[in-house]
Amino acid sequence: MSERTDLSPLWEVFVRARRGLSHNHVGSLHAPDAELALRNARDLYTRRQEGVSIWVVPAGAITASSPDEKDAFFDPAADKVYRHPTFYEVPDGVAHL
Amino acid sequence: MYGNDFGPADAPGGGLLGEVEAAEEALRRAATRDRRGVVAESAEDLPAYFAGVIEADQKIEPRDWMPEAYRRTLIRQIAQHAHSEIIGMQPEGNWISRAPSLKRKAILLAKVQDEAGHGLYLYAAAETLGVTREELVDMLLAGRQKYSSIFNYPTLTWADVGAIGWLVDGAAIVNQVPLCRCSYGPYARAMIRVCKEESFHQRQGYEILHTLAHGTEAQRAMAQDAVDRWWYPSLAMFGPPDSDSTHSEQSMAWKIKRFSNDELRQRFVDMCVQQAEILGVRLPDPDLRWNDERQAYDYTQPDYDELMRVIKGNGPCNRQRIEHRRRAHADGAWVREAAAAYAAKRAEEQEKVAA
Amino acid sequence: MSDLFEFVLRLGDDALVAAQRLAEWTSRAPEMEEDVALANIALDQLGAARLLLSYAGELEGAGRDEDALAYLRGDREFRNCLLVELPNGDFAVTMAKLFLLAAYQRIRYDRLVTSTDERLAAIAAKARKESAYHVDHAALWVRRLGDGTEESHRRMQAAVDEVWPYTHELFTTDESAARLAEQGVAAAPSTLRDEWLGAVEPVLATATLTRPADGWAPGGGREGVHTEHLSYLLAEMQVLHRAHPGARW
Repeated sequence: MSERTDLSPLWEVFVRARRGLSHNHVGSLHAPDAELALRNARDLYTRRQEGVSIWVVPAGAITASSPDEKDAFFDPAADKVYRHPTFYEVPDGVAHL
Repeated sequence: MYGNDFGPADAPGGGLLGEVEAAEEALRRAATRDRRGVVAESAEDLPAYFAGVIEADQKIEPRDWMPEAYRRTLIRQIAQHAHSEIIGMQPEGNWISRAPSLKRKAILLAKVQDEAGHGLYLYAAAETLGVTREELVDMLLAGRQKYSSIFNYPTLTWADVGAIGWLVDGAAIVNQVPLCRCSYGPYARAMIRVCKEESFHQRQGYEILHTLAHGTEAQRAMAQDAVDRWWYPSLAMFGPPDSDSTHSEQSMAWKIKRFSNDELRQRFVDMCVQQAEILGVRLPDPDLRWNDERQAYDYTQPDYDELMRVIKGNGPCNRQRIEHRRRAHADGAWVREAAAAYAAKRAEEQEKVAA
Repeated sequence: MSDLFEFVLRLGDDALVAAQRLAEWTSRAPEMEEDVALANIALDQLGAARLLLSYAGELEGAGRDEDALAYLRGDREFRNCLLVELPNGDFAVTMAKLFLLAAYQRIRYDRLVTSTDERLAAIAAKARKESAYHVDHAALWVRRLGDGTEESHRRMQAAVDEVWPYTHELFTTDESAARLAEQGVAAAPSTLRDEWLGAVEPVLATATLTRPADGWAPGGGREGVHTEHLSYLLAEMQVLHRAHPGARW
């Protein structure tokens, strides 16, 4: 059996994009425990302010980020405008970029 | 417009980003489309069911029955794609510490970080096919799976970061946009996410080159030198010519691949010509010219012998790239073991409390 | 030089050099997920550095922007603490450095939110949320490495022992800092240490680590007297920018 499957199981990640919407499945990741899975999910799946809440789900268990952590969890992405393509100046008339 | 498999309603925005959005919309519409009459509804005839789903332009999902060769082809392709993202962090990562302004440093760091993220999305997509990420990483480190050969070229100057963004990411996007319509659901969804994020990569590269090409004489020379070195390797990214390509036909039938290598390469060349003019750099091909009859540019093919040499392991940086990844993996082993040991202790404590 | 300029430079240089070191991990982290996390933290530090250095340049009024300050000063002109310029070492050393630094930065920024200097208060309001996340992330690893395997425990304890002496410099109040405290611009560094210990010590205890004894207290960074490491770090960071004087990028 491979190292990873034993040491670092797979977690499914669900993100609530905005208040009022339900959590949606966005992908998966590996982590040895729930705490790390949640941190990794925050870094991997909400780099562009994609979410206000995350669930990570191993086989049968659900762990959600608590509302108290919301600020430290999600605000830091707010100023990273350079992640969005519209941040870049494209000279007039350039197509297909 | 790209190919003929989607109608006018499919293109809400312009450019490649618009095509990604169109693919996403098509995915949603296909999901709701009535499939009766197209798919043989007999649950017994699994191959017929699979063929029907493909025929109806719907998505195959992880628990569906699929031909073993379809599964193997996808695992190979998605894994190579994931490996390419991870190895691809190195050539650009080479310039993070020396980026010439703090703004450029932040952008480049975010970009290379995205590549790690894209690698992870793709490994996760591959894992839905019943292979573990660890197995895939082991195969990469053992040299049994490949990554895109382009990353075996060195980044010698800052302008190379621009050239990679413009040409390499540009070629990658041309390759990847059709994959947003791939018949395998998890791969198509991962590609939609990747392509949306990639469009920032290409633009940052273009902006770097544009600034250099309009800068000092030394900067202009730097930009031209980078384009000279990256142009043909970028053309080679689309793979061998159709006449020599081994995997194409079956992949096209399965709607894993939707355009041939040469079609995509032509499309890339046609896009680059005008972009190069506005940049003010020269594409290093004396025979590049518009062909009125074909309504496309004639161009010089890349050196496919060189491509084969690099694929076989003899590019300038093959050894360096793999060694770098092996070392990171080996150096991190004790950290991964510690995290697992910690998790095991906590789980044990919880069991005691529960008991 | 004004006291405020000096202070903003110190904060900004801490963040910039920390970002440069963290970014060295890119494509080398122990796990791919951690590569993404370390880059996030480096980006936060870099973002704070840019805001602070831009402000420092305005305070100075000599026409220097963030890049002039980052790329065209020599090591004797940098005002960062020694802690951030120390080499990354193994992952345990990097986490020890990050944990002890971020715990300080969080408290520093927390206090600055009520500064009489509005610009500093605004920068701090943004940065403290990021710092809180950095503390969380580093503490998470300090616990795992400290209470993981025998090897990781040994490495984590060695790392904390190695970098602990460099934390004293964070809490040293010189004349310039004392004047700023009087004006209500920024709390005196020495007044932050108790709160810092209150944040740091419980994590070390949970991680089954021994809190190192106080003793040797290397310093000098705030006056521009650094370790041998900083000059190399700057040589690499500045080489391209300096090779093309006056160029735009």
